[in-house]
Amino acid sequence: MSCDKNKKKQFLRRDVLRLGGGVALSAPFVSRAWAQTTEINMLAWYGHGEPDIVGAFEEANNVKFVPKYYAGGDNMLALIAQSPPGTYDLILSDAEFVQQLNALGYIEELNAADYPFDDMLHPDFEKFPGHWADDKLFSMMVRGGHLGVSYNTNSVSAEEAASYDAFWKPELEGKVGHFDWHLPSLGMMSLKNGNGAGLWDLDEDQWQAVQETTMSLRQQVGGFFDYGGTFNGLKNGEMQAMVGIGDWITGVLERDGAPVASVIPNEGGIQWTESYSIGIGSEKADICKQFIQYMLSPEGQVKSAQMAAYPGFCITKAGRAMLQEVDPKEAKRSHQMEGMPNDPIALINEGRIHYRDIPQQQSLEDWNDFWSEYKNA
Amino acid sequence: MTKRLDLYALTWRLPIILWQLVFFVGPVLFMVAISFFVVRNYRMQPAFDFVNWEKMLGRGYVWDSYWYTLFIASLSAAIAMLIAFPAAYALAFRASENLRRWAIFLLIIPFFTSYLVRTFSWYVILAETGVLNALLGYVGLGPYTMLNTHFGTVVGYLTLTLPLAVILQTVTMANIDRTLIEAARNLGCKPLATIWRVVIPLSKTGLIIAALFCFILSFGDFIAPFYLGGSQEPTLPILILDTTKSGQQWPRAAVVAIMMMLTLFAIAFTAIALAYRKPKGAR
Repeated sequence: MSCDKNKKKQFLRRDVLRLGGGVALSAPFVSRAWAQTTEINMLAWYGHGEPDIVGAFEEANNVKFVPKYYAGGDNMLALIAQSPPGTYDLILSDAEFVQQLNALGYIEELNAADYPFDDMLHPDFEKFPGHWADDKLFSMMVRGGHLGVSYNTNSVSAEEAASYDAFWKPELEGKVGHFDWHLPSLGMMSLKNGNGAGLWDLDEDQWQAVQETTMSLRQQVGGFFDYGGTFNGLKNGEMQAMVGIGDWITGVLERDGAPVASVIPNEGGIQWTESYSIGIGSEKADICKQFIQYMLSPEGQVKSAQMAAYPGFCITKAGRAMLQEVDPKEAKRSHQMEGMPNDPIALINEGRIHYRDIPQQQSLEDWNDFWSEYKNA
Repeated sequence: MTKRLDLYALTWRLPIILWQLVFFVGPVLFMVAISFFVVRNYRMQPAFDFVNWEKMLGRGYVWDSYWYTLFIASLSAAIAMLIAFPAAYALAFRASENLRRWAIFLLIIPFFTSYLVRTFSWYVILAETGVLNALLGYVGLGPYTMLNTHFGTVVGYLTLTLPLAVILQTVTMANIDRTLIEAARNLGCKPLATIWRVVIPLSKTGLIIAALFCFILSFGDFIAPFYLGGSQEPTLPILILDTTKSGQQWPRAAVVAIMMMLTLFAIAFTAIALAYRKPKGAR
């Protein structure tokens, strides 16, 4: 009995040794196999590193995206500032923050010849503000979207939504929500005040007037929400109109059949623009460049327009053509068809769209202070 | 001999002392320090500058948030205590030992689920098209707006604190010497007077500690005022988030956090002093 027991022990010991030896010997092969997959550290808004966007590229190029998601340009700049150079290979940022990324030396120069500038849907996209410095390219715009009046079609008519006055409709008291970020909301108030193209460049009187207009909306406001709260508020009908957003949220709900829509009112709308940059010191600049090229290819543009997290419009002619061909329903829903009244490119041509920027005569802190006061009012 | 005993005691106390030093005293000191730092280009830089204190304490909206948070957390703690008391009284004095055990177990169960999930579940109940308004609709009432209101915030706070208040109150009252209650009744004290003059004074410590916990948890909670209160008005935890989001002003957020801590210290100190104060004439 005891002999049997010893035998069993010896067998186990040998077995363990064999297994250990096997693992040790095969380790270099395993690690080599892993090493073949290149990891790309991406800093982006939520959704950009998800399979619906990067899956096909990962498979075709044997790379793996490791996304770090942020919410807001400030948050993005802070994450980069607090990380050693080279931490992020690929940075997706709002266009208005590209200038700061460049000024702070966080991004590499790009070669303009690598990108399809001859295929842009609008000439503004070729020399997008802040993306070039001394005729050198630092960031490549890949998508955009428009912010205007977002509303529930059961309680606000299309005619009413044609003006920011819709937010002051008496029946909407307590039913108007704010996306909790001062920049788009105050930008819209500035547009309502008739500041047009000068919406970010407000002198003292204009800034005062914007604050007064905003304060007059306070009694209509039913809450201040993040992405999830905005989404829920519109979906369950708690909020009948929303300030500070656009199709990037209502589009997702609309695809699910919710009675919501976004339009650009007569006073004008704001464009959010997302651009890719390559992080300074990245050792994977080549594959990052390929990915940016992929996102600007017709296939990448279609994926961006169909993005599950939030849709954006195509910026290249070939991208738009392919969207119309492979997903005419989405192209129609998002008005990405020539001749449609809310075609994003036509709106830019008509001068009704203003690119989102940061305040020119006040600091971001001034705007944020007022925003906190407004929330407390 | 005495020295050995001290070492023995110290050995056992050392982990908690180290824990407190590393995870409480250290971070608090660091937080105080960063409240004097400055932010340049989204990066905190060590400095000794009072600018953050001047800016935050000089702004009306910070004080508005402060008083609102103090008010809504106090209100919520008071409501939790009032709702919890009859339930705890019944469990302590009317329920059998077995039923009490089951009740406490059931009161613990909500803590198995994330507080965030429990908060979101209120959406289904409190929405204008939700369960509660549907029920009220059957009797010709409503619909009422309950989400994104002060009411919503308080409901969220109670979700967090009410089970705890009932548990603490039950345990406290269950430990009251029954003979004292019987003596009061034998001496002609009516039921309500017995509660007021015997039960409450004898469970004072537990009741105050329960109220204190309800207040502390509500005062520091971000989830209820944000998701059920719709951020109107913003409480101090929301203000901290807003401050860090905009311009990465962690030093200014630290100022708000210190204000909160000092308030909690003052309230906790007063509450504990009250809880353990001996009644007049007692030795």
